Amino acid sequence: MYRILNKETLAPTIKLFEIEAPVVAKKAAAGQFIILRIHDEGERIPLTIADFDRKKGTITCVFQEVGKTTKQLGTLNQGDLIKDFVGPLGLPTHIKNYGWVICVGGGVGVAPVHPIARALKQAGNEVIGIIGARSGELLFWEDKMRDACSELRVTTDDGSYARKGFVTDVLREVIEEKKDPVLCVAIGPLPMMRAVCNLTREYNLKTIVSLNSIMVDGTGMCGCCRVTVDGETKFACVDGPEFDGHLVDFDEMARRSAIYKSQEKQSLEQFNAGVTHKCSCGGEQ
Amino acid sequence: MTEAKITKKTIMPKKNPMEAQEPGIRSRNFKEVALGYSEEAVVAEANRCLQCKKAPCRQGCPVEVDIPAFIKLVAERDFTGAIKKIKEKNSLPAICGRVCPQESQCEKYCTLGKKYEPVAIGRIERYCADRELATGVLRQETAPSSGRRVAVIGSGPAGLTCAADLAKLGHKVTVFEALHVPGGVLMYGIPEFRLPKQVVQTEINNLKNLGVEILVNNVVGKSTTVDELMSAGGYDAVFIGTGAGLPYFMRIQGESACGVYTANEFLTRTNLMKAYLFPDCDTPIRIGKKVAVLGGGNVAMDSARTALRLGAEESWIVYRRSRNELPARQEEIEHAEEEGVKFAFLTSPTKILHNEDYWVKAMECLRYELGEPDASGRRRPVPVPGSEFIMDVDTVVIAIGQGPNPLVPRTTSGLELTKKGNIFADPDTGATSKPGVYAGGDIVTGAATVILAMGAGRTAAKSIHAYLNENGGD
Repeated sequence: MYRILNKETLAPTIKLFEIEAPVVAKKAAAGQFIILRIHDEGERIPLTIADFDRKKGTITCVFQEVGKTTKQLGTLNQGDLIKDFVGPLGLPTHIKNYGWVICVGGGVGVAPVHPIARALKQAGNEVIGIIGARSGELLFWEDKMRDACSELRVTTDDGSYARKGFVTDVLREVIEEKKDPVLCVAIGPLPMMRAVCNLTREYNLKTIVSLNSIMVDGTGMCGCCRVTVDGETKFACVDGPEFDGHLVDFDEMARRSAIYKSQEKQSLEQFNAGVTHKCSCGGEQ
Repeated sequence: MTEAKITKKTIMPKKNPMEAQEPGIRSRNFKEVALGYSEEAVVAEANRCLQCKKAPCRQGCPVEVDIPAFIKLVAERDFTGAIKKIKEKNSLPAICGRVCPQESQCEKYCTLGKKYEPVAIGRIERYCADRELATGVLRQETAPSSGRRVAVIGSGPAGLTCAADLAKLGHKVTVFEALHVPGGVLMYGIPEFRLPKQVVQTEINNLKNLGVEILVNNVVGKSTTVDELMSAGGYDAVFIGTGAGLPYFMRIQGESACGVYTANEFLTRTNLMKAYLFPDCDTPIRIGKKVAVLGGGNVAMDSARTALRLGAEESWIVYRRSRNELPARQEEIEHAEEEGVKFAFLTSPTKILHNEDYWVKAMECLRYELGEPDASGRRRPVPVPGSEFIMDVDTVVIAIGQGPNPLVPRTTSGLELTKKGNIFADPDTGATSKPGVYAGGDIVTGAATVILAMGAGRTAAKSIHAYLNENGGD
């Protein structure tokens, strides 16, 4: 069992957990993810690592409540226990001194982009950060990102905070203004990552995206998370989660992410209706 | 003498039948299909054994169980003695009695089998093991502590056997398991209806009672590495039994369409994550009306039978060779047929077709015929030109085999690999190219059987014990 040492509500549906997991924290690096399972009947869900503290032995995860599992996770509090927590999984971000780079975080994607920006800056890069959200209410970690980057620009889709516009609008300005960045890292919802890639392709700017595919084991065993990259089948769990965004088949990725849409809806409705556990699978509760 | 003659005269030509759930009922539930022998049936079956002096059956057993000896004890109704005898060689008899391919092992060599049906060795083994599990497990003797520590990576059949043997020899064993429950393929792969998970967990609890520590949620190759276990971790030796955990694809168009599963995903969702209890359990699975399972091994049979239980109207095995070449266990093929699984032999898809939403709607297939024998000794399937036809299906499960999972090989220094990425290990000792590191099971041989993995785990345990003795304590 893994204890939640700290819980923060970053936005109405966005929660942060700092979880005691010394084995994971010891090895965790920017770009990797963990898989957790709340209880015996739970599903295994991947969450990208937002921060880690090797000394304290903790991993920080930020998640948005969208389906049953993330909603249920959001009901847990400081001191509560999570049944299973495994990682660090996937390959870490390739960190080196590229010169100057851009890190784009959209929505809940601000969390996983943060340790990457920090590591890139520590490696000697000039890091321009761009973060955005649908509205000011959903924006978080502006301070942390400001610390992690050499310069930070903030935007909201509806203009309710900072400037109005999409992260791609800001990205175009930054590229035009500063000229010749070496690398762009973009993490956020699929449509955002796709839009960023469409833009950076115009400038021939190499762009790394982090794919949060549906997974089961997360160790390359089941193949559920497969994505097509440059015409080849890759597993997001062991070959990723980061890939060259210009080579990712985003259409296929979006379709595969929606495979269980109707079941997810059913599960969430049952959860919202307060249906409690009644099966015979031998679970607790 | 007179008695022996009478026994000889009254030999039953056929095995005593084992009760099973009715096909029409069981094909819609996940409960165990084969229900096991009664005491009377098991004694009657044991009495069919001729007690041959040469005991040819033993040569067919990868772990060399003293088969005539335990069967004799069963005939005498000494069930405690029988299970003790089995456990001298086999630490997981309740599992082996259910999943071993006996027809190509022990029962293949049974003298009785030359004229009649062989003795049902597997069923007798299962009875003894189940009886022990039901009445409480005998305490197993362990040697005094050696003070030496061994890390076992993977808790499938190879790892569990290796861990049990080493613990009995007095070594302190820690098992590292990547998933949230131990058991490996016994938990995620083989379905409940063939191997109840309670049986697996009881065997694992026995292992814990021997003093073996099991760490779940621990991915060696990620959370830690073999090299670290041997240095900072303080382990004197390591056994790698990480299995065949990398699914192969057909490499045909449409494999990433929605509704295409690898067998690993299909079975893991169902067995390990209990998707058949959705929405009471959170992991979903999507099953269509007509399912095609590609392949002809046990994993394919398990997938096809699972599809029926999940509610498919039709479940097809699509196999490019003929019935005679099916690599699955005989009993699984029979059970699948009885349950209504259909077979398309000499058929293989060339393309998976999807609708505009990218959900599977059909497969384009080719017919095959059998040509000359290939390297495996089986007749090579040759496509028949111009035989393309469309098979309407809405779910496809790919069960054509698996390669070695690369997480451990990639992160271990000095480990020699084969061309296919399997770990190279001496078949007689399990020793790898790295001193103190041993390997066995599917990670060495490629996908094989539970009992072969157990045999390899046993062999490695012997070698590790010898290695620890040679490289004295500190």
